[in-house]
Amino acid sequence: MKIVIIKYNAGNIESVNNALQRLGVKAEITGDHEKIKTADKVIFPGVGEASTTMAYLKKEGLDSLIPELKQPVLGICLGLQLMCSYSEENDTTCLGIFDEQVKRFVPEPGMEFVTKVPHMGWNNITNLKSEIFDSSLEQQFVYFVHSYYAAVGEHTAAVCKYINPFSAALHRDNFYATQFHPEKSGTVGARILENFLKI
Amino acid sequence: MKEQGLSEYHQYYFKNKLPPLWGGLGRGFMLAKRIIPCLDIKDGQTVKGINFINIQNVGDPVELGALYAEQGADELVFLDITATHEGRKTFVELVRRIAREINIPFTVGGGISELKDADALLSAGADKISINSSAVRNPKLIDDLAKNFGSQFVVLAIDARGENDYWTVTVNGGRIPTDKELFSWAEEGESRGAGEILFTSMNHDGTKNGFANKELAKMADMLRIPIIASGGAGNMDHFVDVFTEGKADAGLAASIFHYKEIAIPDLKNYLRGKGIVVR
Repeated sequence: MKIVIIKYNAGNIESVNNALQRLGVKAEITGDHEKIKTADKVIFPGVGEASTTMAYLKKEGLDSLIPELKQPVLGICLGLQLMCSYSEENDTTCLGIFDEQVKRFVPEPGMEFVTKVPHMGWNNITNLKSEIFDSSLEQQFVYFVHSYYAAVGEHTAAVCKYINPFSAALHRDNFYATQFHPEKSGTVGARILENFLKI
Repeated sequence: MKEQGLSEYHQYYFKNKLPPLWGGLGRGFMLAKRIIPCLDIKDGQTVKGINFINIQNVGDPVELGALYAEQGADELVFLDITATHEGRKTFVELVRRIAREINIPFTVGGGISELKDADALLSAGADKISINSSAVRNPKLIDDLAKNFGSQFVVLAIDARGENDYWTVTVNGGRIPTDKELFSWAEEGESRGAGEILFTSMNHDGTKNGFANKELAKMADMLRIPIIASGGAGNMDHFVDVFTEGKADAGLAASIFHYKEIAIPDLKNYLRGKGIVVR
């Protein structure tokens, strides 16, 4: 099985590679269009800011390549947000794979003492759908670090709540995405990556 | 736990007339309180620690860290206390091994005084870095790190000692007082872009009499970033207290874990029984 991790100007890419290696899986980190197109599985990770990373994807022509991919694709964290249609983070038009808007968390008045932004730490996921999850993962804790979120919508594959409910995961056709970091989420995260590799 | 599922944790909030938690009284939808073991590293080896039956080499930070991760630690902190240049290189290599082997987030600290130090650790796979004395000497370092790598990457560690309710920030393991005051320095750190504060009370550190809950709670009311409490953990109730009275987001400890006085699974169960949300 050929697994490609898309290389672009975002952090955290090596962490995903490390997680795959712990599962005994070899992946190639590359921005090469041909290699991405012919891979069996594609992972689109990332930690960073939406507008600069979108600008880079455009420059490299990856903005038109990624939405056309036919094999299973897994977006992680910023990857999920870039796969939506729009992000409030610096008013950025994104890839439009999921018809969702990415918004910033706004703490509700009077609740400031528990609503720190970014949402950082371990929170649990519910209402799980799609092949990357299984029944053993319902209510399990996974690791999040983010200030922006996609609301709950028709493509929501997992729900988490912080200030308000949001999409902890999205799924449409061959596209999967998690707002949390499976590569940092202990054995639960490893299982989610394994499930993705089995699709 | 009382009837109707009203936990001590929630009772505390009601008693103090605080707004209800957004998670309601149910178990779901709560950001978990974090338990963080801290490992001191010298020349690539852990400094403290007695024999663990489960692992071969307790001196190997990777093996010990992996064991803690398996037991349910939520994050790990690795502090390099090596002073030599060779030791620094060993540490970066160690961070690379940690990133390969460990499947939870980890913070590294010690000897980071320039962007390039942080960059080397980030490239090696660290999720966060902590800065302490270097930020006191050069506060702009916080801004630079946050701008270049994001606030989520920057933990401001503050060691402070209190006397008559005035808390002086100290450096060099609490040995040298500075002209900074704890709460104003924490606020300044937040406004410069620190993503978290790791506060160690030198009054409490090593006493095993509990955390500096009064100061922690005051800091939590002032800041909008998470606070990691450090110094004073001696038993499981101290963690209950630090998450309720101290309003901390995470509790850090070293020796009680290294000397197996508290096992992380037992601690998690105990906290859960007290209605505190843990993973």
